[in-house]
Formats: sequence, C-alpha cells, structure tokens
Amino acid sequence: MTSGRLADLLPPIAFGLAVLALWEAGVRLFHVPAIILPPPSAIAMRLATSVPTLAADFNQTIRGVLAGYAIGSLAGFVIAVLIDRSEFLQRGLMPIGNLVSALPIVGIAPIMVMWFGFDWQSKAAVVVVMTFFPMLVNAVAGLSSAGAMERDLMKTYGADYWQTLLALRLPVAMPFIFNALKINTTLAMIGAIVAEFFGTPIVGMGFRISTEVGRLQIDMVWATIVVAAVTGSLFYALVAGVERRVTFWHPSYRAKEA
Amino acid sequence: MKSALPITTVVLAILAAWYVAAALMNADLQRDLFANSGKAHYSTRELVEGSLNMERPRLPAPHQVAAELYQLVFATPPTSKRSLVYHGVITLEETLIGWLIGSALGIGLAVLIVSMRWLDRSMMPWIVASQTVPIIALAPMIVVILNQFNITGIAPKAAIAAYLSFFPVTVGMVKGFRSPEPLQLDLMRTYSATRAQTFLKLRAPASAPFFFASMKVAVAAALVGAVVAEVTKSEDGGLGARLLAGSYYGQTIQIWAALFVAAALSAALVGLIGVVGRFAQRRMAFSS
Repeated sequence: MTSGRLADLLPPIAFGLAVLALWEAGVRLFHVPAIILPPPSAIAMRLATSVPTLAADFNQTIRGVLAGYAIGSLAGFVIAVLIDRSEFLQRGLMPIGNLVSALPIVGIAPIMVMWFGFDWQSKAAVVVVMTFFPMLVNAVAGLSSAGAMERDLMKTYGADYWQTLLALRLPVAMPFIFNALKINTTLAMIGAIVAEFFGTPIVGMGFRISTEVGRLQIDMVWATIVVAAVTGSLFYALVAGVERRVTFWHPSYRAKEA
Repeated sequence: MKSALPITTVVLAILAAWYVAAALMNADLQRDLFANSGKAHYSTRELVEGSLNMERPRLPAPHQVAAELYQLVFATPPTSKRSLVYHGVITLEETLIGWLIGSALGIGLAVLIVSMRWLDRSMMPWIVASQTVPIIALAPMIVVILNQFNITGIAPKAAIAAYLSFFPVTVGMVKGFRSPEPLQLDLMRTYSATRAQTFLKLRAPASAPFFFASMKVAVAAALVGAVVAEVTKSEDGGLGARLLAGSYYGQTIQIWAALFVAAALSAALVGLIGVVGRFAQRRMAFSS
C-alpha cells in the first residue's frame, strides 16, 4: 500500500521539480529581470530571510479566515437545519441561495471594511458571507438525501424528529456538508486576502501582496503567494482528513481501501 | 410556478429586514446630524425618515440603491464616466474575453490530459491542488508584470479572468471526458473505433453536462477575477474600480449600486448558460 502511494506521488513531484528547474534555467539563460519573474532560488532566499514578516502576515490573515470560516459555515448549517422542516422556506431560500453562490461576493469587501474597521474583523465578515451560502445549499441538499426506505425504517422504529435527524439524516448529509466545508476553505482564503486589498492595518498577506507589487519587490510577492498556497492546501487537507474519518463509510473511500 | 410565492415571500422578508437594519445602523449618524444642526427635539418618525434618506449612510436603504441604480444605469448617458453601463460594459468585456480564453485553454488541456497518461499522472495532481490555493492572490502581480510589457487596458484583466476560469474548466472537463462507463467504452472497442473516434463520438458528447456546469463556474470565476483585477488597477474603469472609488470617498450608495450591477451581470451570464445548456441537453436527449 505504501509503495503504491509512493508510485502515485512520484510523477507529480518529478513534474513539479522539472517546472522549477525550467523556470530557474529560463530566467537565468534569458536574463529575465527580477521585477518580471524572479527565479525560484531568489524566492526561496526571500522566504528564508523574511520569516518574521511573513509570520506576522500569516497571523493577521488567518484570524479573519478561521473566524469567518467557522461562523459562516456554522450559520449556514444551522439555518439549513432550521429551514429543513419547512418546505415553504426551502422553496423560497434555495433558488436565492443558489443565485447568491454564483455572485461576486468579494465585492462586499469595501462595505465590510467600512462597517467593521481595518482589522481582521472586517475580513472575517466578508468570509462569513462568502462561506454561508455554499454551506446552506449543500446542507439542505444533504439533509434531504436520505432515502425513503431508510426514513420509513426510522418511522417503524417510532423515532421522533430529533432521533431521525441525529441517527439517519445528519450522517447521510455528512458528505454534502464536507463538500461545502472543502469549498469554503478556498473561499475563506480568497475572501480574506482580497478584502485586505481594500484596506487593512499594515500587516496581512493581501496587504503584503498589494504593497510589494507597488514597490516592485516581486520576489516578496511570490514568497507571500507561496505561504498563501501552502496555507490553503494545508487547510483543505486538514478538512479532507477529518472528512475521511467522519465519512469512512462512504463508497468513495471504501473503494480506495479495497 | 410553485416556487413563485415562497421566493416572493423570502425576497420581501429580506427587503423588510434590510429596511430595519438600515434604520438601526444609520440612527446614530442621523442623531449626530440633528445634533450638529442644533435640532434638539425630533420625533422617532423624523429620526427613522432621516436615517433612511442619508447622503452617506452606513447602510443605504433599498429605495436609495434603486434610485441610484436608475440614475446611473438609465438616466446617465452610457458614454459618461459616471454611468454604470459604461463600467459594466468594460467589466463584461474583460469577463467574456477571459472566460472564452480560459475555457478554451482549459478544455484543450483536459483533452491532452485524458489522452496522455503521463500528463494525467504528473500534472493532474497539481491542477487539482491549484483549486485549494487562493490563486486570486496573483492578480495584482499579473497586472504589474503585463504592465512592464506595455500590455494595458482590458488585456491584463481579461488575462486574470482567463486564469481564474481555467482551472475549474480543466478539472470539470477531465471528469466529463471520463464520465462514459466501461460498458460504453468496451462497445466502442468492439466497433474497433480509433481513439479519436472514441473521443469524438463518445467522450465529447458524454461530457456535455460537465461542460455546461464548468462553463457556469468559469464565467462566475471570470467575473470575480475581472472585478478584483479592476480593484488593483483602477484607472481604466470597470465595476471593481467603482467599488474602490466608492470606498475611498465613503460613497456607500455608489458601492451598493456597483455591487448590484456586478451581481446582475453574473446572474445573467450564469442564467444564460443554464438556458443554453438545458436546451442543448434536451436536444442531445440527456435525461436530466
């Protein structure tokens, strides 16, 4: 099993290293100025020498990401459970939820900065709005995904609403809920970083990117992007790992074990 | 239209909540305004009326946004730099160009990935991983880099729009091209179809539902890309530039109006693709 996994990992790693090598060689051979594309080695140097700045930026941005992610996802889930009992509300809210999910919500960033100030709270507010609707739509779909047969079985057991919810419908909804949680990791990072373009105290990943671009310190921009990319991937991997634990029964995981 | 009544109810409830929120959020500002103008005694009615009609409210009331929208969309000539039609068209152009380029590249790469095993194994994990990365963070840098090459105007923003729509299309179309079942692929083999024939007659048509789903995601992503790119380079106009200008000068009503135009654009584009998709899939006899 481990050797199989290693064989799966080898081609992408080789590909990534090849791209880096080509990038480094190309930049050096054609003397590309560093303000257009710095070589990976320069970016790595910058990463190594700017750890305190990058850590402070990370610390600032991650607050908005995590607070917004937690509040937005939880609120979407709670509202989904609440409107799940009313078909009328579902019919009214679902089309609107689907519509809003497709809208450019990051645009509310300037409004949130006005309401909640320059600090991380305004970024969290943007993230709350961005993560709310995907969770709402997915959780409602998930709650209604239990089959008629299973529901009938619960009824023959004499289970009440809460018992059915906890024992049948929530577990069945978990793949949908985790789908939203995974989508929301990316949305939360995007929301927090873009909101920082609109105003922030002088720290944060989005702030760093927009100011260093202005000062033409492109290697610092790349260093920040590396941090953002690694953060985003780890966040996603973390949620995916929890999902594997919670929904181990789902066919998509069972198939891989076999 | 069984859903018409529930949707209307919910929309009305949202509007009502909005009015209440606007009155509450602006009340303090309005009290200050009364105090500054030396008006010590005022009724609650005056306070509420004032808070709903402020020039620079914290939260503009729906009718103020509607009036601003009417003013900037219909009553202002589309050539004026204040007109939201003027800025909306800029954003729409960037979005459409970016969407077309990004989708074409995404579909092209998906075809390559599906037909070449080594590309699939080496590149696909990176493309999937790119979905978890806030790639929009690259937007300001792309604008500046293209600026070095004297590429200005709508091109850099279209590039960012293309870049944001590229990855979801690649991932979606790879899934789509792989959606035929083994049984169907075996049938093609018994016909001794070539790979190209299998692709054109089975994989490509089978990917139609994925195609339209990807196009919807891509056009929404392209619009976000265009708007964010306009924020980072706001001299050339566009809805993102209006958002930024509004936030500089505290023109909240203007921000909301620009947001509504952006939302309407996005909804219209996604809706249009949905209609085309439903029509096409019915013609192709997909059950859904």
